[in-house]
Amino acid sequence: MKLDAKIPAGPLADKWSRHRNHIKLINPANKRKFDVIVVGSGLAGGSAAATLSELGYKVKCFCFQDSARRAHSIAAQGGINAAKNYQNDGDSVYRLFYDTIKGGDFRAREANVYRLAEVSVNIIDQCVAQGVPFAREYSGYLANRSFGGAQVSRTFYARGQTGQQLLLGAYQALAKQIEAGGVKMFPRTEMLDLVVIDGHAKGIVVRDLVTGEISSHAADAVVLATGGYGNVFFLSTNAKGCNVTAIWRAYKRGALMANPCYTQIHPTCIPVSGDHQSKLTLMSESLRNDGRVWVPRRSGDHRTPNEIPREERDYFLERKYPAYGNLAPRDIASRAAKEVCDEGRGVGPGGRGVFLDFADAIERLGLNVIRERYGNLFEMYERITGEDAYQTPMRIYPASHYTMGGLWVDYNLMSNVPGLYVIGEANFSDHGANRLGASALMQGLADGYFILPYTIGDYLATERPAKPSLDHQEFKKVEEEIAARTNKFLSIKGNRTVTEFHRELGKLMWDKCGMGRNEAGLKEALEKIPKLRQEFWEDVNVLGDGNELNQSLEYAGRVADFMEFAELLVLDALTRDESCGAHFREEHQTPDGEAMRHDENFAYVAAWEFRGPDAPPALHKEPLVYEEVHLAQRSYK
Amino acid sequence: MNLTLRVWRQKDSTSQGGFVEYNADDISPDMSFLEMLDIVNESLIKRGEEPIAFDHDCREGICGTCGMMINGVAHGPLPATTTCQLHMRHFRDGQAITIEPWRARSFPVIKDLVVDRSAFDRLIQAGGYISTRSGGTPDGNAIPIPKPDADLSMDAAACIGCGACVAACKNASAMLFVAAKVSHLNILPQGKLEKDRRVLNMVRSMDEEGFGNCTVMGSCEAVCPKEISLDFISRMNRDHLKALWRSK
Repeated sequence: MKLDAKIPAGPLADKWSRHRNHIKLINPANKRKFDVIVVGSGLAGGSAAATLSELGYKVKCFCFQDSARRAHSIAAQGGINAAKNYQNDGDSVYRLFYDTIKGGDFRAREANVYRLAEVSVNIIDQCVAQGVPFAREYSGYLANRSFGGAQVSRTFYARGQTGQQLLLGAYQALAKQIEAGGVKMFPRTEMLDLVVIDGHAKGIVVRDLVTGEISSHAADAVVLATGGYGNVFFLSTNAKGCNVTAIWRAYKRGALMANPCYTQIHPTCIPVSGDHQSKLTLMSESLRNDGRVWVPRRSGDHRTPNEIPREERDYFLERKYPAYGNLAPRDIASRAAKEVCDEGRGVGPGGRGVFLDFADAIERLGLNVIRERYGNLFEMYERITGEDAYQTPMRIYPASHYTMGGLWVDYNLMSNVPGLYVIGEANFSDHGANRLGASALMQGLADGYFILPYTIGDYLATERPAKPSLDHQEFKKVEEEIAARTNKFLSIKGNRTVTEFHRELGKLMWDKCGMGRNEAGLKEALEKIPKLRQEFWEDVNVLGDGNELNQSLEYAGRVADFMEFAELLVLDALTRDESCGAHFREEHQTPDGEAMRHDENFAYVAAWEFRGPDAPPALHKEPLVYEEVHLAQRSYK
Repeated sequence: MNLTLRVWRQKDSTSQGGFVEYNADDISPDMSFLEMLDIVNESLIKRGEEPIAFDHDCREGICGTCGMMINGVAHGPLPATTTCQLHMRHFRDGQAITIEPWRARSFPVIKDLVVDRSAFDRLIQAGGYISTRSGGTPDGNAIPIPKPDADLSMDAAACIGCGACVAACKNASAMLFVAAKVSHLNILPQGKLEKDRRVLNMVRSMDEEGFGNCTVMGSCEAVCPKEISLDFISRMNRDHLKALWRSK
């Protein structure tokens, strides 16, 4: 298979505008003849559904939550990047582009990233017009803060709830279109499979989560905006419902899965408190603007943090990365935390934690300033841990947070299956091997408001309206497969719960394919996963029936897909025999423990093709060609 | 700690529901309320009984999916806290806890503790937006907004749409929810153009959805996990009155 990324010719800075000038258009009267399905209603899906409908397409939007407003984008705290240079600190489109490419450890596609930086400025304008109440200075102008991996202040924010406010903006735009009749919304409806007819994506099969009814929906194009797969680790900062099912089903229908091993571990999460833990809570990266990260210099030091004198503390990020200090990128900060904990210097129960200390910032800026900046985060911390972070340092530890990998897409955000578009976290395209803070919101909205609405027209104009009838045998076939799978789940009646299996899979993934990976561990995981999967299909217990609200059944379907997907993730991690960004192979590190890339062999996108349940997947490589930037070892020292 | 739970079980929207008693044993004070329910559900499945259905998603207090009446109080005893952020250290060993779904005509029960809050979506569709389109907007700094206004708008916009305000209200009124959305947008210069239309349509839609009337007792504010202020209701009433007068 030849992978064609369809990157437009011409100088990097002109590619997107030239492309827009040359792709096909559909006249306004004809747009209403096309049906588009959007799966997911987060920042990417919500903004895409609203925008496509404004343009005149007939849109159906699906989400498994009870309302479009609840998609997991809502939980993003810190902010959204944009190259506005409002701070006059030397920011530019090029700098945002370069920071993102470098932050991704030179494993992202140059042209996509440049376009992302370019449209970032439009996003802020769009959101302000929608009424997103961004933080402002007393002048009335927009305020900014700094984020990891950047030396300029380019992050726009709405207190600690930026994701919520941006999502409400998109949700409101979507509500306007639903009211106008342009979008039909299907909440509490989960996509269970993709329907491909004559090689083109032509619809989906869904389950109504309230009635259990399985039904088909046909369209001229299908857009997946179904988020990331961080819950493969069981414990993550993702919402409990986040899952890999939509993109995994698409993979099994022929779409390529790219770079699944690029999974981001976020350094600032509240540590695990016990075996009952159901999820981990992120403390926004923005805290690292003012918080200082440290552990005791000596291992086994069990004094309370306030008893440890300054000279016996190791501010390890400031020590190792003086230029970026506490704002080192996420992968680097996470590994540094793991390293000091592995040395026995971790704090809190089980020794898996480091301090994030605000005492100096409170002394410098006063309690009120800190309260205004981070008040809601400090409250959240207190609710969960029962500790007051104004008095004693927070304890934090890395946790699975975001997944850079996803379905392979070309420059137009279309997968290798014609008519199947993938946007937001669900695709692989913009963050390389590590995403910078405040860039996920940027990518979701860039894809949904400003990129997909243009590029989808190019495909539809070529295809002409060609929505198949629901009587087509392919829909029937897929519906039957789903019904059979549901019956299978309900008939096993084994001894173990879905949660138990998910927890076991997650622990295996975290231990063998988490922050540090090595050949022996990955091979071990590759042996264990199929066994666990087999046990799952023999011994899982799913009660109730398929014709009602059945949360165990929903969960079983998602975990069954994680069980298959996990194997591909590990295989990708084993095949990528280098370290890059968040993918840290212990065999490949510099003497001082930094990730060592091997550009001569691995400067490519790994795109995996499904070849049947019993055959190993095929690896296709899209070489990463850099026209503008020079590949260098990342340095934040 | 060991607890006794009285949980509302209801097979579906048309069946009769009732309380069923369960024991929750060996509960750690560090667990969240939902993690406690997870433990109970795991033991139910092991015994071959169907687990208790409840809505939840982010489990960090922002998505607004979870919510239940805990001993008669929406989201339980801790102020300014969603059910998922409520931790068991706020209960005592041996305590009996009664758990019910939101009770409101406009929020019909789907199953056990799961209710249908789609009426909230329809309220937003009635006018809870600014009619801008994607693209063609002016520079973000072209519209300076006084910081106090932006902050006040944000106070209202912090609403997570969980429905606790409706559940706590003896009339099952949605005034706090609607007032928060109307205020979030009406305070901002971008929202001013559609100010009258927005408030008239949203208030009308609230009546059509069967929510009750507001008697300004403040039960909503007392349980709101985001501490949305009752002041926004006064503000909306003012906007509504002016809009009515202007529309005549």
